Amino acid sequence: MIFDLANPSQLMQALGPDLLLIVGAIVLMLWAAWRPESDEHQRAVGRASLALVAATIAMTLWYSTRGMSSNVGVIAVDNFRWATDLICLLGAFGAIALGMEYNVRERILPAESHVLVLFATAGMMILAAARDLMIVFLGIELMSVAIYVLVGLNRRSPKAAEGSLKYFLLGAFATAFLLYGIALIYGSTGSTNLTEIGQRVVAGNFVAHPMMLAGTGLLLVGFGFKVAAAPFHMWAPDVYEGAPTPITAFMATAVKAAAFATFLRVWLEALPGMGDAWFTPIWWLAAVAMFVGNTVALSQRNLKRLLAYSSIAHSGYLLVAVATGTLGGSAAFLFYLVAYTLASYGAFAVVIAVGREGDANNDLSDYEGLWHVRPGLAIAMAVFMLSLMGFPIFGGIGFFGKWYLLMAAIEAPRPLTTLAVVLVLTSVVSAGYYLNVVRVMFMKARPDGAADPERTGSLTRGVVYATAVAILVLGLVPSRVIGWSRAGVPRAPQIQAASVDAPR
Amino acid sequence: MLVEALALSALLFTIGVVGVLTRRNAIIIFMCVELMLNAVNLSFVALSKLYGAAGQVFVVFTMAVAAAEAAVGLAIIIAIFRHQRTVNLQNINLLKG
Repeated sequence: MIFDLANPSQLMQALGPDLLLIVGAIVLMLWAAWRPESDEHQRAVGRASLALVAATIAMTLWYSTRGMSSNVGVIAVDNFRWATDLICLLGAFGAIALGMEYNVRERILPAESHVLVLFATAGMMILAAARDLMIVFLGIELMSVAIYVLVGLNRRSPKAAEGSLKYFLLGAFATAFLLYGIALIYGSTGSTNLTEIGQRVVAGNFVAHPMMLAGTGLLLVGFGFKVAAAPFHMWAPDVYEGAPTPITAFMATAVKAAAFATFLRVWLEALPGMGDAWFTPIWWLAAVAMFVGNTVALSQRNLKRLLAYSSIAHSGYLLVAVATGTLGGSAAFLFYLVAYTLASYGAFAVVIAVGREGDANNDLSDYEGLWHVRPGLAIAMAVFMLSLMGFPIFGGIGFFGKWYLLMAAIEAPRPLTTLAVVLVLTSVVSAGYYLNVVRVMFMKARPDGAADPERTGSLTRGVVYATAVAILVLGLVPSRVIGWSRAGVPRAPQIQAASVDAPR
Repeated sequence: MLVEALALSALLFTIGVVGVLTRRNAIIIFMCVELMLNAVNLSFVALSKLYGAAGQVFVVFTMAVAAAEAAVGLAIIIAIFRHQRTVNLQNINLLKG
């Protein structure tokens, strides 16, 4: 089925899952605000939000099996969009499930917390669909404004307020860069549509056009901030530490996935004609992010900060896929994103399970001898750490993620051999902190007088074990995910062909 | 006219960037960010003379988004003031390492 996006009713159909989520979120917001704040109400809204996310996942899956496409317009209808949507929706599902129990423990009463996650997810889905810089801007803002609030959700915590302020100021700063980049690209090409920009960049000689170069550079800075790639990562550790842990997990996975997906689409569809002007900066961003993330993580004692630096390093790995600029690179990108999302979610869920009220017990010393008191959590955490590291067999799908990333880097038309070497070397460095967590859990004795972790809630436990099992099982049968991610690459050339055939 | 407008917009944007990087008061930093956004709006309006209405439409979106962002941002600044009794970033340093 080919949608004619100039026709309003067909445009509505093409936005089906997005509209379902947005309308549902608005209804839930009214319901959340209607009743006085209480734990029961918060959990009820959480359950309804989970149901809405599940319904949106079902609708997205249904759309993705129908082989839809569209003519050139403001939104994209392709498998890359559905794949990104599914990753973000799974992230939202995890954030709400973890949040329902975390909010009770931290006495965060507002039921709107779950609705804000839904709005942020709506922004991500719009981002995944965007084929126009105007929609990219609106999607990023819808996502970011909801996340600014979510970071500062715990009003009693000064750390949360500080994290929220830092994220807000730097996020708004980055948005201004992004917007100026869009303005300059619009100024030099005369269009905000990605397909049209792509065609005009190829037709005209823009490689040395100063306005276009400045626009591309500013766009890169804006995206660099949003995906927390070094040297634009300074906010990430502070914000990840200050935010409520379920929101940290949401930011490290879904927010990053959505921002990266747009990054990739803008680069592949609008700016492939820019050649070296974007290749060289991305090459350096990837190398610096991998190096800084992995080396600084070595000295971290707080698990949330450690995982924040680890996520900066993973931004570097994902940038390698962006730097390839090929469809093979974007397949590797989706595959890696699945592996990374599962492992990060699991790791943050363990941090919630071990943590105590007041966001305490996040230090590495609180994990000493975890194996003796909570063997299940310790084994699951070991799986997540090995998966993030890319260890074979015990790291499950994480190993194949790195493997395909390396293959894509080497097989690119312009082989990224040096970058592949940096990736491997920094992965070796990352063993220094990932394996250290495993060593502390299994080989150290439980310190005297250390209280056992509190009983883990059933939803948190569910997230921990579901992600651990998924990592291991998908590690045994990676071909399913490979097929899925190969089918999910952006389909710009076919869209152009379809636009010729589409009935006018 | 177009070149002058774009140059003014670039100048205003630069003033905003310098302000964000050098000032330490959260509210002044936020005002500098707003200055950056409005400098971009000026670019869009100037460019729409060349390319048609799309630039003008973009400005309306930007202003709506900036208003929403201001509402959230000021609420966050009030939240931090309740904890710290200051909005000076030099005194806000619980998170580091």
